[in-house]
Amino acid sequence: MAGNPFPLPKEQLLQAYRTMRTIREFEERLHIDFGRGDIPGFVHLYAGEEAAGTCIMMHLGDGDRIASTHRGHGHCIGKGVDVVAMMKEIYGRKGGACEGKGGSMHIADLHKGMMGANGILGAGAPLVCGAALAAKIRAKGKERSEVAISFVGDGASNQGTFLESLNLAAVWNLPAIFVVENNGYAESTSRDYGVAVDSYVDRAAGFGLPGVTVDGTDFFAVHEAAGEIIERARKGGGPALLECKMVRFHGHFEGDAQTYRAPGENEHNREHNDCLKKFAAAVSGAGVIAADELKAIDHEVLGLIERAVSEAKAAPQPTAADLLTDVYVKY
Amino acid sequence: MARKISMKQAINEAIDQEMARDPSVIMMGEDIVGGAGADGERDAWGGVLGVTKGLYAKHGDRLLDTPLSESAYVGAAIGAACCGLRPIAELMFVDFMGVCFDQIYNQAAKFRYMFGGKAETPVVIRAMCGAGFRAAAQHSQMLTPLFTHIPGLKVICPSTPYDTKGLLVQSIRDNDPVIFLEHKNLYGFEGEVPEALYAIPFGEANVLRDGKGATIVTYGLMVHRALDAAAALAKEGVECEVIDLRTLSPIDMDTVLDSVEKTGHLVCVDEANPRCSIAADVSAQVAQQAFGALKGPIEMVTAPHTPVPFSPVLEDLYIPSAAQIAAAVKRSRAGGKH
Repeated sequence: MAGNPFPLPKEQLLQAYRTMRTIREFEERLHIDFGRGDIPGFVHLYAGEEAAGTCIMMHLGDGDRIASTHRGHGHCIGKGVDVVAMMKEIYGRKGGACEGKGGSMHIADLHKGMMGANGILGAGAPLVCGAALAAKIRAKGKERSEVAISFVGDGASNQGTFLESLNLAAVWNLPAIFVVENNGYAESTSRDYGVAVDSYVDRAAGFGLPGVTVDGTDFFAVHEAAGEIIERARKGGGPALLECKMVRFHGHFEGDAQTYRAPGENEHNREHNDCLKKFAAAVSGAGVIAADELKAIDHEVLGLIERAVSEAKAAPQPTAADLLTDVYVKY
Repeated sequence: MARKISMKQAINEAIDQEMARDPSVIMMGEDIVGGAGADGERDAWGGVLGVTKGLYAKHGDRLLDTPLSESAYVGAAIGAACCGLRPIAELMFVDFMGVCFDQIYNQAAKFRYMFGGKAETPVVIRAMCGAGFRAAAQHSQMLTPLFTHIPGLKVICPSTPYDTKGLLVQSIRDNDPVIFLEHKNLYGFEGEVPEALYAIPFGEANVLRDGKGATIVTYGLMVHRALDAAAALAKEGVECEVIDLRTLSPIDMDTVLDSVEKTGHLVCVDEANPRCSIAADVSAQVAQQAFGALKGPIEMVTAPHTPVPFSPVLEDLYIPSAAQIAAAVKRSRAGGKH
């Protein structure tokens, strides 16, 4: 076997592939099950964007917080939320990550530092300022602090909450990082129409923050850029913005006919802009991971997703008593 | 003779003592210290009306001045509450809630339920409320019903310095998000307040005056108008029970219902606009749960369905008066005729 040219040891490369593959299969399975009518409500799929959701989290521990978006399944899996509990939640069952009361758009696991997917675009950014403030206070007198990361899409990057948070994080020099997952579309509206500046680096500069743009389909590019930004924040260097240019394999939500896309756009993206394919080609091409090892992971992941779906379908429905519980800690 | 202090001092003392007791309590808001980054004195303001003056000297950086950026810092207080702190966010005027309401009603209020009972958000959002300051339509509102409508929020609006200290201490210690509304026209109002720390439990109304003639239910500044009306009515031989709700969510309906069973007449007084107000809510609950006890129509005395006017003449007409309350009591006792 050749030497490893990547900045991660083989074990971590395998783990990265496993996480990305888990997100992909989770989402593709939801696409099928939603089409069958098995899943209630709104579902927004992260397929195509797995590299960012995976590699950024590889720099984090449970004490580091993230606030996610409506398209949050990938962030949850990346942050270590239990896949079976997630599937149960999406099926609205007891034993789900939120006991069936949150659903796809509100999966959270505070013990894992996952402060929630969010149905309100841009709402996570102020929350992340608070998480970063708490981290900064906890780190007083120490050399390194925990960090907090806000994910937004290119659409929500226009929200006042997001822009105010960039300023607040800069004013308070918080260990906060703002990741713009630019998949080119705010629902159906193109990024070029909705975002007035050409570069997010310029937008960050407008708030006195360093900004970096990377190819979000390139796992290693995102991993390196995120690592530098996170490390800087840990050492008290303050907030930064990271733009990941990526592609969304599915529509805004499941059921979206995607007539706004150019003909052949999805096929082109799946062929040429698939972060998972690129990663697999890189690690197997370099001879670090054999194709058989990747296949074994694929097989293992499919088993996990199958188990998650069957456990979700078998899980009990909430009862009338559950309707009224957990509004308050005490009322 | 017990010590008398103003409501403003009671707020300051509650925050001061809780910050001294619990290192996880922090506070943030616009100009709560004042003069941040400027060349003059630090703690220049202590809040726009000086409520938090002096706290910076005692607690330093645990008081954070913020940019004019309500969505960001109210959201940050909520986020920090999810991460082990007990933040108090000061919003200055409740009228500014509109610019950060999402963080309150879609985020803080919903985390516990939406996350399946696994979140605690011990945040207090303080704001001035109420009319009478000649501050016009965007700095004078009584927006209590906006918050009581939202499951997951607790809503407090005290009428005395004693209640203010005890309820604010409880708000800081509480593990749910609390909206704490301070009537700006009561800031100078003085009353007896113990120096020792104490907390007043939520959901316990206060019966300020006993009587069998009618029940007057209210909160905040209107408590004092109701007491004035009750004193005037007593001279005419009508003894009214005056109930200060103190906490609007949770709300102590048991005390209200017990009183109506005794008096047979209910007058709900609310400085808020009438539609879907606290007065309307209490009226509906009494009509539903104590209909048989009523000997006359339920009366509501509220602000009119208008914004708060600037003209002092108009504003005085806008705010419910003791005379209107007394007239409402008489109307109910006369079977609605007048």
